[in-house]
Amino acid sequence: MTKLAPVLSAHWDEKDSFTLEGYKRHGGYTASAKALAMDPDAVIQLVKDSGLRGRGGAGFPTGMKWGFIPQGDNKDHYLVVNADESEPGTCKDTPLLMANPHVLIEGCIIACHAIRAKHAFIYIRGEVTHVVRRVNQAIADAYAAGILGNGVDVVLHIGAGAYICGEETALLDSLEGFRGQPRLRPPFPAIAGLYARPTVVNNVESIASVPAIVNNGAEWYQSMGTEKSKGTTLYSLSGHVVNPGQFEAPLGITLREILDLAGGVRPGHKLKFWTPGGSSTPLFTDAHLDTPLDYEGVAAAGSMLGTKALQIFDETTCVVRAVLRWTEFYKHESCGKCTPCREGTWWLVQILRDLEAGKGTEADLAKLLDLCDNIMGRSFCALGDGATSPITSSIKYFRDEYIAHLTQGGCPFDPVASTLFAGAGA
Amino acid sequence: MAYTDEDIQVMESIIKRYPRPRSAIMPLLHYVQSKAGYVTNEGIEAIAKVLQLEAAEVTAVSTFYTQYKPTPVGEYHVGVCTNTLCAVMGGDAIFASLKDHLGIGNDEVTADGKVSLEHIECNAACDYAPVVMANWEFYDNQTVESAKDLVDSMRAGNPKPPTRGPNKLVTWKEASAVLAGLSDGLAHEGVQAGEPTLLGLKLSKEGK
Repeated sequence: MTKLAPVLSAHWDEKDSFTLEGYKRHGGYTASAKALAMDPDAVIQLVKDSGLRGRGGAGFPTGMKWGFIPQGDNKDHYLVVNADESEPGTCKDTPLLMANPHVLIEGCIIACHAIRAKHAFIYIRGEVTHVVRRVNQAIADAYAAGILGNGVDVVLHIGAGAYICGEETALLDSLEGFRGQPRLRPPFPAIAGLYARPTVVNNVESIASVPAIVNNGAEWYQSMGTEKSKGTTLYSLSGHVVNPGQFEAPLGITLREILDLAGGVRPGHKLKFWTPGGSSTPLFTDAHLDTPLDYEGVAAAGSMLGTKALQIFDETTCVVRAVLRWTEFYKHESCGKCTPCREGTWWLVQILRDLEAGKGTEADLAKLLDLCDNIMGRSFCALGDGATSPITSSIKYFRDEYIAHLTQGGCPFDPVASTLFAGAGA
Repeated sequence: MAYTDEDIQVMESIIKRYPRPRSAIMPLLHYVQSKAGYVTNEGIEAIAKVLQLEAAEVTAVSTFYTQYKPTPVGEYHVGVCTNTLCAVMGGDAIFASLKDHLGIGNDEVTADGKVSLEHIECNAACDYAPVVMANWEFYDNQTVESAKDLVDSMRAGNPKPPTRGPNKLVTWKEASAVLAGLSDGLAHEGVQAGEPTLLGLKLSKEGK
């Protein structure tokens, strides 16, 4: 019995999967026709009943988010799709949009109907030229076919290289034409979002999941997954594995099961550490191979499901180097608005660089943890919190490795051994 | 460079996409990069004029985002992912060897103006690591040698095509126009998905 359940990815292997024709061949745009004939509240109820939760990281119930939009307020409402996929390790929305942009457009039509919006914006990161082409062409084709423009308009907004714009309120500022910096909440976007109007911000995969729910029903979706984490989702496996790739499975599958499908960790090596949902989710080790990868299971084991970005590192990888590099990323991407994150990530990098070079002292580990304590929960948005995750979790599981850098006066690892082409004359 | 009436018309059409004009500032910045190759003072002034903003307001936005370049880049702008996963898998080695091979550093351009180099952050293709981008098109599963071959092909004026992208690599300016939301008619070219993208689907069809 297969453990996989391709729904979003079911037809990606057809050469024209990204075209309107290819999408329609498998019932494309029948769900939006069905939804448009329903009462908007019934669509919201259907999505609530399905148990669909946000696939962008936080796992907030999608139908409930839609239900927060005030009705009868005589204001414009907006749907904003977060396609700014930038969390390190996360690589699901980008291939989805390259292979099937129409499912997102259909999801937008349904979601707009539900929340009484006439306007949807897709905010895509700017570093994916061909995906931009595909989505823009799909929108143009949908207009030409009369699918868009009759009550719902979809605009593609292309970003320009800023991880912080994946944070929903920074995204809104960016979409309004400002520097992408997060906003104070409340008010939440459902009350005052884009242009201070009621706005739903959803991840690509969340919205793309809606057409199948409308067509197959809430019960069908409920039948997959675990008690509180329903449906199927894309798990993205990368790193030191035989066959990396996208695995769409019901929520609750384990890394051991996915690794079995992927041919395991690369030959002759063993799993050392991994991220369950991108670099902002605390690291796991081989002790977590059987943790159910659903929202509750991962949280109970001390991390977060996040974006289901499973980055696998084997024993050739220096955890200090890995964590330093992520920390440099957070420092670079900190928007500068709040002091704990702006200053804190800068200091974290300084200390980690010394530790990696074997120049620090053991007291620096305590200092790192103290800094993390002062960033976590004290930053303006989740970027600062995320920056602390790899540090605190790596010290928890690999304190000895940090110490080894100090006692040996440098990194004990050979970086060549961890490359994909190790031994191939690199 | 001066902006012609035709350029201004394109800019006005970009503004019309949005309920409020200021939202167009980002595609307009991509657009001025497509004209000049980078964000020039003239480009800032042109945007300020069409949006009725101060130039300083446009500059403030431009300098926030790393894709807007304050100085010229190469005809082919090469980004090597050196975020953790790609770095460990070979991105660090690729970036070091390209710097050495081209004789330029991070954020620098070769003397012939053909190739510029930048270390980039995670580009959402981790199952294809190590990843190199050129004009923000995907070059998957790179090695030190394949990356050197790629930049050599660029300098020879015949760049290798992207792994998942159009049949031919477009120039930096052409790619910038796409990022301004303008169509170049190449959306249908290239694969719909690479092998890693399809792996789970394939295994499921095999009953695994």
